[in-house]
Amino acid sequence: MFYREAGDFKTSYADDSQTFPIKFDRYRYYVVLAVAFGVIPFIINDYWASSVLVPFLIYAIAAIGLNILTGYCGQVSLGTGGFMAVGAYACYKLMTAFPEINIVFHVLGAGVVTAGVGVLFGLPSLRIKGFYLAVATLAAQFFLVWLFNKVPWFYNYSASGQINAPERTVFGMPVTGPNTEAWAQYLICLVFLVAVAWVARNLTRGTVGRSWMAIRDMDIAAEIIGVNPLKAKLTAFAVSSFFVGIAGALFFAVYLGAVEVGEAFGIQKSFLVLFMVIIGGLGSIFGSLAGAAFLVLLPVLLKNMLVDGFGWATDLTAHLQLMIVGGLIIFFLIVEPHGLAQLWRVGKEKLRLWPFPH
Amino acid sequence: MKKTLATLALGAVMAAAPAMAELVVPSLSYRTGPYAANGIPFADGYQDYFTLLNERDGGIGGEMVRIEECETGYNTEKGVECYESTKGDGSLVYEPLSTGITYQLIPKVTADGIPLHTLGYGRTSAKNGEVFRWVFNYPANYWDGASVAIKHILDQEGGDINGKKIALVYHNSAYGKEPIRTLEELAKKHGYSLTLLPVDHPGQEQKSQWLQIRRERPDYVIMWGWGVMNQVAIQEAVNIRYPMDHFIGIWWSGSENDVLPAGAAADGYKALTFHNLGDDYPVYDDLRKYVVEAGKAAGAGDQLGTALYNRGMYAAMLAAEAIKTAQELAGTAQITTEQLRDGMENLEITNAKMEAIGLPGFGPEFKVTCQNHGGDGFAAVAQWDASAGEWKMITDYVQSDQEVIQPLVEEDSMAYAKEAGITPGCN
Repeated sequence: MFYREAGDFKTSYADDSQTFPIKFDRYRYYVVLAVAFGVIPFIINDYWASSVLVPFLIYAIAAIGLNILTGYCGQVSLGTGGFMAVGAYACYKLMTAFPEINIVFHVLGAGVVTAGVGVLFGLPSLRIKGFYLAVATLAAQFFLVWLFNKVPWFYNYSASGQINAPERTVFGMPVTGPNTEAWAQYLICLVFLVAVAWVARNLTRGTVGRSWMAIRDMDIAAEIIGVNPLKAKLTAFAVSSFFVGIAGALFFAVYLGAVEVGEAFGIQKSFLVLFMVIIGGLGSIFGSLAGAAFLVLLPVLLKNMLVDGFGWATDLTAHLQLMIVGGLIIFFLIVEPHGLAQLWRVGKEKLRLWPFPH
Repeated sequence: MKKTLATLALGAVMAAAPAMAELVVPSLSYRTGPYAANGIPFADGYQDYFTLLNERDGGIGGEMVRIEECETGYNTEKGVECYESTKGDGSLVYEPLSTGITYQLIPKVTADGIPLHTLGYGRTSAKNGEVFRWVFNYPANYWDGASVAIKHILDQEGGDINGKKIALVYHNSAYGKEPIRTLEELAKKHGYSLTLLPVDHPGQEQKSQWLQIRRERPDYVIMWGWGVMNQVAIQEAVNIRYPMDHFIGIWWSGSENDVLPAGAAADGYKALTFHNLGDDYPVYDDLRKYVVEAGKAAGAGDQLGTALYNRGMYAAMLAAEAIKTAQELAGTAQITTEQLRDGMENLEITNAKMEAIGLPGFGPEFKVTCQNHGGDGFAAVAQWDASAGEWKMITDYVQSDQEVIQPLVEEDSMAYAKEAGITPGCN
C-alpha cells in the first residue's frame, strides 16, 4: 500500500538503474539524510556523540570497508584491527609532520597509506584461499600491532608509547582535540561515512564490483570469462583497506584522541568488525550500517536499561551483556544467516504486498 | 551492590532533580574481565569508605555522597563512555584506576574542568600542576616507584650495583612503559644494565619472557604488571626457581590475589606500597559495623584488609579529605568542581588527620600545592609471607631520587604543554 512501484514510471536507463528504484524508498533515504545533516547536529550532546553516534559512524565505515573485501570479493580478513591501526598511525604521523595541512587530507592520506599496506598483505590472496587466507591476514593483524609497539618512530618517541591527536580544525572549527564540539565531531564522521557509502555503492554496481563478485562466486569460472584475479583481488584489498584506514584515522583522531595500539586495535577489533559484517549482511552496504548500529547500540542500550533502569549491579550487567550479545549473534546466524540486510529485504517485500499477501 | 527498590526509586528521583544537594562521586570500576581480580577490591574499598561516611557521619560536611558506579572493564572506549555518561550529573572527581583511561581523560577533564585523581598511576608528569591544572597523582607516581625499587636494590647490594643486571617485566601499554625512562636514567647514574621484557595484554602468555630471564639470570627482576599478568608472572618466576626476594613488583603488582595462586612458593616476593597494609586500624571496626554488617558493602564484603581494598579506601579517604578542605575554603558544603580543585591543591595529610580518621600512621605525610600535584614520592617495600598469608612492610617510607625525577617531570610536562598549547601557570 505504502510501498510499491505502481505509478513510479521510469523513462530513462539512469532512472531504471538507480539505487532506490521505489519512490517511497527514495524519499525515505532523503529524509534520513536530511535528519542526519539538518536535525541531529542541533540536538546532539557530548554523551550521544561519544557513546553512540560517533562510534557508530566510524564502525560503519570500517564495516563497509570489510564488507567490500569479505562480502563482495569473498576474501576473509581478520586483519581489520591492524589496518585500522595503520590508518591511525599514518594519520598521526601526517598530522604531526604537516600541521598546516587540513585534517581531511590527512585522513584521506591515511586511507591511501593503508590501501598500500592492504595491497601488500593482499598479495598472498593470489595463492591461498579461505581459511588459509584468514590466517595470513591474522598474521598481518599481529605483525602490525607489534610493529607500532616496537618502533618508536611511529609514536614520535613519546615516553608512554601512546599517540595523541593535537587540535586540528576544519573551516575554523576544531574537529580533533579536547575542545571539539559534539556536533563537529559528529558531522565530520557523517560526511566521511556518506562519501564512503556513496563510493562503495557505486563501485560495487560497476565493472570493478562485478569482477569482485565474479571472483567471490567462483574464481576459476571468473578467470575463464576474462576477469583478471590479480586486478580484482588487489583492487578489493586496496579499496577495502582505504576505507578501513579512514575509519582507523577517525577512530584515533576524532573519537578517542589518544590511542594505545594493543588495546584499541587488537584482535578483538578485527572480530568486532567481522561480526558487524556478518550480522548486518555480507555483500550489502545497508547491512554494514545495520551491523555497526546493532553492535554499537546494543551494549549501550543494555547498560542503560539494566544499570540505570533496573539498578542492577554493573558487573552482573557486564556479564549479561556478553551473554545477550553472544546469544543474539548465534540466533541471527541460525535464523537469518544473511543478516539484518536480508530481514530488511524480506520486510520490504512484505510491505509491498500488504495488505493483500498471496 | 545490593540496592533495595526504595533506594532505587530515590536514586531515580535524585537523578531527575540534579539541583538536590549532594556530592556526586563516580566510581569507574571494573569487576569483569582479565583485570577484575585487582579491580574488585579497589572498587569495594573506594565505595565502602564513602558509604561509611554517609552512614556514620551523614556524608561529608552534612552533604550525602552519591556514588555513581560504571563498569569500564579496563577498556578505554568504555571508560570514555562512562566518563561522558556520568559527567553531566555534577561529578566531582574521577578515579579511573587505569592509565589508559587516564590518558584519554586528561584532555577531556581539562576542557570540562573536572578534577582527575590518579592515585599512584596515570601520567607521571601530571605532578607538574602548572601544566596539568586538573590532574593530580599524589602521593606517589610511577617514577617514584621505579626509583624506590632501585634504592631498595642498592640497599640490598650494599650501595653498589655497578655492572648488575636488572630486568623489567612490563605490561606492554602506556602503563607498563612509564618507568622505562626513569630506569634508563638511573642506569646511567648507578651503572646497572637494563633488560626490557614486554608482556602483551592480557598477560597470560609469558613463557618466552621468563625463558629469557632463566637464560640471562638477571640479578633483579622488576615488574610493572596488572590483572592476570601478575599471577602468571609470579607463577612463572616460581617455575624457573627465580629467587623471590630478588623479584620486586610495583604497588599494582602487590595484592593478595597476585601471590596466592602460586601458594607457598611465592614466599618472599616483594612489592612496593605507598600506604600501610593489613586491617589493624580503628576505621575497620567502623567499616564492619556500619557498612559490612549493615549489608551495605559495595561488593561481597570479603575484601576488607587486602592490599587493594586498603588502596581503594585510601583513595576515597584522600578524596573525602580534599572535599572537606574544599568545603572549608569555599565556606559552603555543596562545592563545585573548581572549589574541589582548590581543595585538592590545598590538601595536607598530617598524622593528626589520619589519627582522627581512624587510620593512624597509615601513609606518609604530604602536602599538595598548585606547583606540585604529585606529593613527595615516598614509598616502602612490602614482602609476602606465604605461611602467615599476609604482606609485611620491610622498610620505612623512602623518598625517591628527586634529582633524577624532577628534571624528567619538567621535561615531559613541558613537552605536553607545547603539544597541547598550554601556558603553564597557577591561575
